[in-house]
Amino acid sequence: MSARNRELMALVPVALLLTAGFTAVFAQESARIDDASLVYGAYFLAVCLGAHLYLRVRLPNADPYLFPLVALLTAFGLVMIYRIDPDLARDQANWFVLGLALFALTIQFLRDYDVLERYRYTIAVVGLLLLLAPRLPGIGQQVNGAYLGVKIGPLAFQPAEFSKICLVVFLASYLREHREVLIVGARRVLGVTLPPLKHFGPMLVVWGASMFMLVFIRDLGSSLMFFAAFLALLYVATGRFSFVAIGMAMFLVGAWFFASTVPHVHDRVEIWLDPYAHPQGSGYQILQSIFAQADGGLFGKGFGQGLITIPGTDNALLPAAQTDTIYSLIVNELGLFGASGVVMIYLLIAARGFKIALIAADGFSKLLATGLTAVFAIQAFVIIGGVTRVIPLTGVTLPFISYGGSSIVANFVLLALLLLVSDRARREAGAESRLGDFALEGR
Amino acid sequence: MNAQIVKLFAFTVALFSVLVGFTSYWSVFDAEALKEEDANKRVLLEQQQIKRGRILAADGTVIARSAPKGSGDSLRYVRRYPEGSLYGHPIGYSFVQQGDSEFEQFHNDELVGNDSEFTSILDELRGHTQEGNDVVTNLDPAAQVVALEDLEAAGFGAVVAIEPKNGRIRVLASNPPFDPNRVPYELTKLNENELEAPLVNRATQGQRPPGSTFKVVTAAAGLDSGTITPETTIDAPGTLEVQGQELHNDFDEDFGPIALDTALTNSVNTWFAQLGEQVGEDTLFEYMDRFGFNTKPAIDLPSDQLSTSGIFEEGDLLGPNDPIDIARVAIGQERLLATPLQMAEVAATIANGGKLMKPQIWSRVVDPDGRVTKRLDPSEYSQPISEETAAELNTAMQGVVSEGTGTNAAIPGVTVAGKTGTAETPYNDSCGGGTDENQAWFIGFAPAEDPQIAIAATVECTTQFGNDVAAPIFRDVAETILAGGPELG
Repeated sequence: MSARNRELMALVPVALLLTAGFTAVFAQESARIDDASLVYGAYFLAVCLGAHLYLRVRLPNADPYLFPLVALLTAFGLVMIYRIDPDLARDQANWFVLGLALFALTIQFLRDYDVLERYRYTIAVVGLLLLLAPRLPGIGQQVNGAYLGVKIGPLAFQPAEFSKICLVVFLASYLREHREVLIVGARRVLGVTLPPLKHFGPMLVVWGASMFMLVFIRDLGSSLMFFAAFLALLYVATGRFSFVAIGMAMFLVGAWFFASTVPHVHDRVEIWLDPYAHPQGSGYQILQSIFAQADGGLFGKGFGQGLITIPGTDNALLPAAQTDTIYSLIVNELGLFGASGVVMIYLLIAARGFKIALIAADGFSKLLATGLTAVFAIQAFVIIGGVTRVIPLTGVTLPFISYGGSSIVANFVLLALLLLVSDRARREAGAESRLGDFALEGR
Repeated sequence: MNAQIVKLFAFTVALFSVLVGFTSYWSVFDAEALKEEDANKRVLLEQQQIKRGRILAADGTVIARSAPKGSGDSLRYVRRYPEGSLYGHPIGYSFVQQGDSEFEQFHNDELVGNDSEFTSILDELRGHTQEGNDVVTNLDPAAQVVALEDLEAAGFGAVVAIEPKNGRIRVLASNPPFDPNRVPYELTKLNENELEAPLVNRATQGQRPPGSTFKVVTAAAGLDSGTITPETTIDAPGTLEVQGQELHNDFDEDFGPIALDTALTNSVNTWFAQLGEQVGEDTLFEYMDRFGFNTKPAIDLPSDQLSTSGIFEEGDLLGPNDPIDIARVAIGQERLLATPLQMAEVAATIANGGKLMKPQIWSRVVDPDGRVTKRLDPSEYSQPISEETAAELNTAMQGVVSEGTGTNAAIPGVTVAGKTGTAETPYNDSCGGGTDENQAWFIGFAPAEDPQIAIAATVECTTQFGNDVAAPIFRDVAETILAGGPELG
């Protein structure tokens, strides 16, 4: 079966799942099965089919599983958000369509994505400016002590979501060019392999920017995500674990410094270490997140059965259920099994993404695919890890599931770039080996 | 670069495994502890949204029901107890803020419909919201009213009535009672009232000296172990020196050599003290164990709200190897304490030909569609004594009511078997510290030839004897239950 046919087949169960999910929520909400669930399922399938047909024309060789996996997450997210608030789900569905439009545009205009390499410094500057935008007077917005949003007229978005793509593109391009000298020029000092400072300079700028962001926009989650993606790329490009260790040490020193000096960061760490200190105050969100999971058990309470607000009031029992703590709601309603399934989907996406990097022929493609996949996987880790108290809870979105236009649109652009790399890699690999799809899959 | 990419993927797998690991920890392994956290109101809030099932008396009288408050997402249910304080014991209460107790607590899973994970998933697929089941009890409203009214007239105390053949609890009354409807407003006040202790179910938690009612256990051990036969005579002088102290009969009456029937009819202390010594510690303890002493009773109430019967030294249960004055244990003195439930079980065993049935308050569970999903299967707890021993004791206990110390328990036209008890409880703080207060008892069953009901009634802090205050309660309750006929479960 050709790659695109496999993609088509994989989309059918996704649409069925969405239909079943809406049916379950309707049944719960109104104690009746509504035709609307079928309408939603058909609408979703139609939109996915449109995207699929577009891929069939533009990227016939691209990885066949990535799009259905992402569609699955989106479908799942739509059902969860619908269950929280139908109005939000309608917004999210619109964002989904807009995301697909940008997805198509990216594929249309970046078919020769090497062009990105030429504008890497421009892209880096755009990325950093995007990050700083929330602090600009007039357009910046502060939420929960962090500056994450930008509002221009009626349009509000979170620039960090787009900034992460810019950063990955810059790093992939820069490392492609300098990886050789970074390896060759390395010196051993006191048993530790140090990178050559001259070529490492731009890296330090990124590290500095990442740390700066931590203070300036107070976005611990995004800075953690960016820096981890940076280390992942550095490791893949140079193969030097010591670089990663040095980078990690620098991050930890920096993080420790800011954790002890910047109140916002300090609080986040304190809450993480001892949420029971202020169960009704600062520790409320993480505690309720954990309690919601405890109540889910193995199989969960079922779609639509979990409590989000305290009955009879508008007070949140699970704060930010549609964004930060949506994973906790999933554990609550679908149990350990459902949540593990979600984690598994992210892992499958990561597996497909890294596979694209493996078969890609040129250095930039390899590093780009690696970086995009890594930043995506790390984002999922940062927020799931946050609500399960693996790391301090910070407000990043759960890709494709959480409510949020910027997140869903930016991640569709990320997916488009991955598929662009994939299409070229598989076309070239296929042409070289003449072994076709089967051998590629088995590799 | 491929080797690094593979390693990076392996690292990603490791990171995601940590996520699944933490999720498992919170959602499964640590879940029970998290549900107990004070800051966690989720479980209670959720239960409040479930329509908790009703609790019904044997005749369908509603003892507890859930009333809706609000609507839509703010819909929640509040517990109502239409009969007020009548069933405060043994039903208890269930409220979000105050928690739950007694029957409500023990049967919580059935009442909220948590029967099993499997059915709840099925219900979700069918689009049903979770709804609680009704639990039907064996309690007899008419008899419960009589028991509580009689107790309120006589003093603090308790009544337990069991159907000997199947262990069904028909009456479980404790005075002073409490009104569960008041719990949300005055739980602290009820808890702090240590003198009257209205929240303590005296029927199952009240450890009291059983006095002469325990002679039934001593006699059972003597007969069943072969130490004596009904014809064996023991010389019963007016006083007897045991362990350096004199033990008296009432009015120091000297009975001479007499057999069991005369000894039980007249509750002769010196006779039973000697029997106790002949039976010995080991054997007496063995029979106590068989009757259910020395362990928590096997009734459907939370075990932390049940008391064990046995010989206690400052709260610690003593065994056969501890230094015990067995002669005084044999007549229900020494440090022996028993609950009314335990003594009712003793009466029920003899009534049921030596077999002790597991006492049960519930009889069946009815789901919201009216289907009976669970039904009580009478089960044997133990067989403490042979049928023959039981028959011999039955005969001897009939003498107590017809011509002995328990004549006030007699019911016209019905043969009653029983035993009185009056334990002196001087200098007891909860009785006001006076010197004349007694714990008065009556245990028995009727009709003796085909026992339908076995009852233990006790009144504390009374200056009267078992026959004066406890036997009439037995009579009234037994009459009420016998008039109602056997309950068709």
